[in-house]
Amino acid sequence: MSSVRVLVGTKKGGFVLTSDGKRQHWEVSGPHFAGWEIYHMKGSPVDPNRIYASQTSGWFGQVVQRSQDGGKTWETMGNKFLYEGEIGNHLFYDGTPRPWEFKRVWHFEPSLTDRDTVYAGIEDAALFKTTDGGQNWQEVPSLRSTKGELWQPGAGGMCLHTIMLDAKNPGRMYTAISAAGAFRTDDDGKTWKPITKGLKSPYELPDPNAEVGHCVHRIAMHPSRPDVLFMQKHWDVMRSDDAGESWHEVSGNLPTDFGFPIDVHAHEPETIYVVPIKSDSEHYPPEGKLRVYRSRTGGNEWEALTKGLPQSDCYVNILRDAMAVDQLDACGVYFGTTGGQVYGSSDSGDTWSPIVRDLPGVLSVEVQTLA
Amino acid sequence: MIRVVLPVHLRTLAKVSGEIRLDIAQPVTQRSVLDALESRYPMLEGTIRDHRTKKRRAFVRFFACQEDLSNASPDDPLPEAIVNGTEPYLIVGAMAGG
Repeated sequence: MSSVRVLVGTKKGGFVLTSDGKRQHWEVSGPHFAGWEIYHMKGSPVDPNRIYASQTSGWFGQVVQRSQDGGKTWETMGNKFLYEGEIGNHLFYDGTPRPWEFKRVWHFEPSLTDRDTVYAGIEDAALFKTTDGGQNWQEVPSLRSTKGELWQPGAGGMCLHTIMLDAKNPGRMYTAISAAGAFRTDDDGKTWKPITKGLKSPYELPDPNAEVGHCVHRIAMHPSRPDVLFMQKHWDVMRSDDAGESWHEVSGNLPTDFGFPIDVHAHEPETIYVVPIKSDSEHYPPEGKLRVYRSRTGGNEWEALTKGLPQSDCYVNILRDAMAVDQLDACGVYFGTTGGQVYGSSDSGDTWSPIVRDLPGVLSVEVQTLA
Repeated sequence: MIRVVLPVHLRTLAKVSGEIRLDIAQPVTQRSVLDALESRYPMLEGTIRDHRTKKRRAFVRFFACQEDLSNASPDDPLPEAIVNGTEPYLIVGAMAGG
């Protein structure tokens, strides 16, 4: 029988939540790496028991952990993320040049075909790659050559938070950076291009044709239609039907189009999920009501999903990497909050229940569907 | 024999429970202690000093014989009480936060 494993990174450790395919009863293990920030944990699609975790601390820096048994035991891997060549400068908040400086790994994206190959998105924004299972990391330097001198940090730091691999086009990959924008490579990282045509950020970027500088919070796609992308920008929910060559807004009837995560239903490529947040200065749900919004039309027409979610006095946030879907039928949807709750739905979002209520603030949620 | 005390999170990372004892050739300096420590416990590389510059991480402190040596030259000889093992060399996570 199928089962699911939810990997939860929090501000004070990692947690592994497991259930059978019914997803009604859960076992919780953790905290793993207690006291450390676990920015992200993700398993290899090739070998689901191979899991990579980003363990960080303001005191002791970056540690990379790897499990070979589904998160039961862990081994320390390489943590040397050294920028290639001359480090160079990006722009700081005040517009002055600032040398790149490694701070932490925000996101691991394991290869779709090789369990030892993993991409890492880091702060200050750059893309790294390992081909030996995490022992050694090399920068993919061409990304920072794509107008990197003009990139500036967002409020959360200049982080490369989204890495998407295209199973149908093996050389194609997407990355997104706050607040530099979104980028695509078609030649396995040798060259990159900004993919921002159609994005509008008039309060941050007065130039309507600016290629970099958009504060992209998250991008998602369905693997069966990799040319269709959905983006939660700082403000605006956007859609592209041509692999990012152009974007158009699909915020439609959302109560607010500010937010962080966005994800796509496992079996319905036009069904997408967002969690509207009141504004860029008030990072909590409008009216104190925690509502996931679902569109079954690829955007523009949205319905609020509220059953089982708090509908009063709720002032948590849901961070960009803290939503995921499983592959079961019906599709399971999961998200974690800064208040430490992890909510799950085993019916595509129609109803929700808390899997755990009192974890440290949740930084990331990933789901593995196991045979 | 040099005795080194790690903060709890680095003891966990290095999978050690108590003091670490290192044999280090003279002259014993902070650099030679940290080099030997990282050589035996490579998982500690980058957690105490920057990989590239070997500078102390901002919120790590080095104490010895009731003195704060955090900003001393890494190549200065350490006190005799550290060198002969009478006193431990302390690596400390600085108090920070709110």
